[in-house]
Amino acid sequence: MDGLLHFDFKGLVVIMMSAVLVNNFVLQRFLGICSFLGVSKKLDQATGMSLAVIFVLLLATAVTWPIQYYLLDANDMGYMQTVVFIVVIAALVQLVEIVIKKYMPPLYSSLGVYLPLITTNCAVLGAAILNINEKYDFTASMVNSLGAGLGYFLAMVLFSGVRSRMEGGETPDSFKGLPITLIAASIVSIAFFGFAGVVDNMFS
Amino acid sequence: MNKLKVLSNGIIRENPVLVLILGTCPALAVSTQASNAIGMGIAAMIVLVCSNVAISALRNVIPDNVRIPCYIVLIAGFVTIVQMLVQAYAPVIDEQLGIFLPLIVVNCIILGRAEMFANKNTVGAAALDGIGMGLGFMLALLVMASIREIFGSGTWFGMEIPVLIDHNISILTLAPGGFFVYGLLIALINKMTNGKASKNAEKGCMGCPAAAACGKLEDGGEKEVKL
Repeated sequence: MDGLLHFDFKGLVVIMMSAVLVNNFVLQRFLGICSFLGVSKKLDQATGMSLAVIFVLLLATAVTWPIQYYLLDANDMGYMQTVVFIVVIAALVQLVEIVIKKYMPPLYSSLGVYLPLITTNCAVLGAAILNINEKYDFTASMVNSLGAGLGYFLAMVLFSGVRSRMEGGETPDSFKGLPITLIAASIVSIAFFGFAGVVDNMFS
Repeated sequence: MNKLKVLSNGIIRENPVLVLILGTCPALAVSTQASNAIGMGIAAMIVLVCSNVAISALRNVIPDNVRIPCYIVLIAGFVTIVQMLVQAYAPVIDEQLGIFLPLIVVNCIILGRAEMFANKNTVGAAALDGIGMGLGFMLALLVMASIREIFGSGTWFGMEIPVLIDHNISILTLAPGGFFVYGLLIALINKMTNGKASKNAEKGCMGCPAAAACGKLEDGGEKEVKL
């Protein structure tokens, strides 16, 4: 919490790596599962959604962090966190949608459809609250959010690959659709255990 | 409408977690221990009943085109109240649920019921629907958590179970186990209802404000969704 321009490069790399690999937002922390299961069917959709999530995550963190420390805590109103954050994020997403629609129509046609999905995506609100709970400073919060977004991207892209393979396979009737998708997610999630020691050993 | 039917709808036929596939994030994250499942279930049920009643009472006041933001603010208010109550009277549960307590705000069950039921029905029916859906959510979480706790750590509500305590499958309490047990349970429901359950799932998705952009409906292969 000592100022905005305090850089601890190694610390930031650790935060980033653990957000992407070890505590992957989707596969280890279970944030953003709805969209993970819903939109990961095709690679282009998965990429579009992930880019939109990364963008909104960074924007939301950049806005909610100052709100928490300079508005809520300063006025001793920390208990309003949940209400203020969700309203700010919803308004932000709406604003971004309007701006992109007006000034960047090509971007809107590729990312715009995913924006309404993001307001109720728990990854965004989750990251905003986690950054406060972990008492990260502004830089660390932004890095953590970027890591969360990249982790989401990684999980989505990996999983859309797995799902495209699954389509060809034969599945028992009662497992068709969501159940087999969840079982596949479970296996992909086991793969991420492989990263468990990476961050500790790399920087110890 | 038949009151009993409204109440029982959420528990079995339209179970929010296992049939409508809503609220997956907390269901997976919290179902590591049976006691967590009960805590989360009660917290979500209180928010659900309160928000259903408030939204139903205000259904003629809230303008139609800004209803989603209004619902979110109302729901966030109730979540904050529940959060403060839990922090004051059950700090252990607050610690266990962690970030998923404030995240009840973005739980699709609550917004979904507001959109699909509360804004079209009377206050009494909305309250019953809230209780039913809340119970359904809690029961589903309890079943998942019991399976994961009994086989994963050999305990149930913290009580040790004779043989299983020495032979537990600890991966069930970790993230992959959550996905796995959830997948198996949905498959079991599909098997028992001969696939009728997955048709009900479409109804659940309709309540989501993002239904048009989400591809979850495509999974059943029964409905074409234009992106």
